[in-house]
Amino acid sequence: MKLNVNGSEHEIDVEPEMPLLWALRDELAIRGPKFGCGIAQCGACTVFIDGEPVRSCSVTVGEVSGAVTTIEGLASDGRLHPVQQAWIDEQVAQCGYCHAGQIMTAVALLQAIPDPSDEDIDNAMSGNLCRCGTYPRIRAAIKRAASATAGA
Amino acid sequence: MGRLGKIARRTFLIGTGLVAGGLAVGYYYYRKPYPNPLEDDLAEGEATFNPYVKIAPDNTITLIAPRAEMGQGVSTTLAALVAEELDVRLDQVIVEHGPAGHAYANTTMLEEGVPFPHFDESTVAELMRSGMAVAGKFLGLQGTGGSTSIVDGFYKMRQAGAAAREVLKLAAAKRLDVETGSLWTADGIVTDPASGRTFTYGELAQEAAALAPPAEIRLREKSEWTILGKPQARIDMRAKVTGAPIFGIDVRLPEMLFATLRMNPYRGGPIASLDAAEAEKMRGVVKVVKVETGIANGYAVIADNTWRAFQAADVVSVEWGKGAYPPDSAGIREVLETALRDGDASYGRDDGNVETAFADAPRERLVEADYGVPYLAHATMEPMNATARLKDSRLDIWAPNQMPTMVRQLAAAAIGIETENCFVHTTYLGGGFGRRGDVDYAIYAAIVASRTDGRPVQVTWTREEDVQQDMYRPAALGRFRARLGDDGMPVAVDMRIAAPSIIGSILPRYFPSLSPIGPDKSITDGSANQPYTIENYRVGGIKAPVSVPVGFWRSVGNSFNGFFHEGFMDEIAVAGGVDPLELRRKLMAAYPTAVNVIDKVGAMARWGETLPPGTAKGFAFTLSFGTWVAQVVQVADVGGRIRIEKVWCAADPGEVIDPAIFTAQMMSGIVYGLSSAIGEEITFADGAVEQSNFHDYTPMRMHQCPQIEIGLLETAHRMGGAGEPGTPPSIPALANAVHALTGKRIRSMPLSKEVEFL
Repeated sequence: MKLNVNGSEHEIDVEPEMPLLWALRDELAIRGPKFGCGIAQCGACTVFIDGEPVRSCSVTVGEVSGAVTTIEGLASDGRLHPVQQAWIDEQVAQCGYCHAGQIMTAVALLQAIPDPSDEDIDNAMSGNLCRCGTYPRIRAAIKRAASATAGA
Repeated sequence: MGRLGKIARRTFLIGTGLVAGGLAVGYYYYRKPYPNPLEDDLAEGEATFNPYVKIAPDNTITLIAPRAEMGQGVSTTLAALVAEELDVRLDQVIVEHGPAGHAYANTTMLEEGVPFPHFDESTVAELMRSGMAVAGKFLGLQGTGGSTSIVDGFYKMRQAGAAAREVLKLAAAKRLDVETGSLWTADGIVTDPASGRTFTYGELAQEAAALAPPAEIRLREKSEWTILGKPQARIDMRAKVTGAPIFGIDVRLPEMLFATLRMNPYRGGPIASLDAAEAEKMRGVVKVVKVETGIANGYAVIADNTWRAFQAADVVSVEWGKGAYPPDSAGIREVLETALRDGDASYGRDDGNVETAFADAPRERLVEADYGVPYLAHATMEPMNATARLKDSRLDIWAPNQMPTMVRQLAAAAIGIETENCFVHTTYLGGGFGRRGDVDYAIYAAIVASRTDGRPVQVTWTREEDVQQDMYRPAALGRFRARLGDDGMPVAVDMRIAAPSIIGSILPRYFPSLSPIGPDKSITDGSANQPYTIENYRVGGIKAPVSVPVGFWRSVGNSFNGFFHEGFMDEIAVAGGVDPLELRRKLMAAYPTAVNVIDKVGAMARWGETLPPGTAKGFAFTLSFGTWVAQVVQVADVGGRIRIEKVWCAADPGEVIDPAIFTAQMMSGIVYGLSSAIGEEITFADGAVEQSNFHDYTPMRMHQCPQIEIGLLETAHRMGGAGEPGTPPSIPALANAVHALTGKRIRSMPLSKEVEFL
């Protein structure tokens, strides 16, 4: 079975019903996507398939036909994605476990809505849990990334 | 370190017992009696100065921050304490957790366990604290909890930096034949301004580490600080925004297997029968093994992929024996009610004469109320996990944990090897909140690793297992009464609180030979130790005998006593017709720090100003973990549902070492508290926990999170903690706001059982 992740082709021998998350983590050692719930309730495992955000714990390898992008694939030429940079500028993360998923969801939000309102942020980000309560800084970082992108 | 060194340390160990008072000063306090664990594992040419500093010839400077980094920013701030005195920049050092070691004992954690409130500075209280600090030193318990990390590290880590700096200067002075006082240090370089010569710390490290530091080193005054007291960029931020594999669940080792657990959902019950034949035939499954301990009983499926282990675990056929507690929440509540009504209370506070004060109280001057809170899960984002390898009689454990020395001792004991042959590697923690102060996950991993013929194995719990095998925040009930005076102020307050004892749950599961005796002060923490002055004031705690496992949860007893005490104070204020802030100002007038945070939050929140229709505010105050915190929560009615709009918080920990990180911790504590109040509850049915994942155990989400504004004060004269004190007042401040908005006095958690939140 073939899997394209962050621009690289991988050949893996797994059951088609294995969730993408576990193929990434345990077969390919791509560990940015995190296991949080296994039932698409927390968003920690969020990745892109052909640019669309999905919860990789609830998509099977057999269902994946497009290119997969994980948090490891966001930076280009050693430069962080503007959303990652905004996360650093706002010092968002605490334990950090949920933030690979938070950042992926935020990137998708800003691709769809470059200048999101608070309500847009609520709608897009409510599928991503954070137990450290970093929500106010996530909101600030999304707004910062939005204005950074607008200025670019 | 040679044999002679070991003997010398033993001698010193005995000596310190006799001169305990002398321990409080100077370098030897942390240098002795425990050896420097870094000495065993130095790279070629690397030198270590004390358990917190090592320097390589190429000037790679490594600082040890030996507390669990579970999001609270402790690795950054502990490193900053050393860096401030060592004269290095935070961006030029490597920060590591380091090995498990008694040298990293947290003595403050035990000090704060004394049965005296934080504001009690009587001789007896202080003697008891210093006694516990010495005891802590001898127990050598390395732990992260009780919001103690920075208080505990404040002197010893700056001393570590200063001691290393001084010997580096000494080494340079010898080379140049000048006085040490003439040398400058900055950015990891010693400079001789007279000659213009410079040495990197790395060039001097080997010589310097062999030198004895001066007997007395003056630590820098606050006014001289260049790093401390200012917000620092967190050292872990880049790794956390790039998806770096830093957590326990990310550990990968050659030949590693992947496993999962299923433990008896009837907590503590045995395995009645188990048939794993079908499961063992499944793809990738290596074997199924029983995991039977004094903590829980169940089985592990060992496979070549975590998901395959999950799948096979569902196929194992098992019958579970029952647990030794009532099978449902109603039955458990009955035990608590019986304890509350009939149990012998131990009084954490008993001022005046409460019985007399109530004997002739007129009906209309009485306020009476019953309160209750449920069991709560921790639900860290990273589910419980640990990785273990047993090879050639050496056990290595990689675990996100808050108690490395306990992991080392108990994981080793579980598989019958010596503590010295167990090596603990503490990873970053995807949340802790007290859950990882327990060490069950590490013990189970050690047992599983003893069955894999030397191959390492990562044991990952499903979220369902994480929720259903938690060591819960205890359920609790409270019965309160107050007598009001003519002015509406309370002249008598009587509180009885019943809850299962946390220490009474922890000791049997890890140290069955020790029996928990005496009162458990966590049952009344947050009620019995508040800085209120009331003529007749009694707070009693009763241990309720329920064997559901309970453990430390962010702010522990304060998490429910904050609600009890401050919810009831709000009732007193309303009944007496006194403004809730004014009531607190008067009752805490003897403690200016309390009044300061009340006034500060009142000003921040514009307390007393008229609000738009459909909005209301609530107030609460809790002193916990040495930090004085007052909060105002504002709520709004949005079409019959409640939105938490804004939280204002004033906090005074005496000294703020990093204002940005401290502020983040207060916000985090507030969200954790509010989250519990708007929808978290663990319930039991048919002997097992009913909730299993984030669809039915529902923490706060982005759209529910209020704006939060934090104000910091530094007027308290003893330093307090950061991680937990934000939590306790958030819960009653919300409940009091809901009362102000709706007229509903909700006395049991979560509030969502009676009102609906957005």
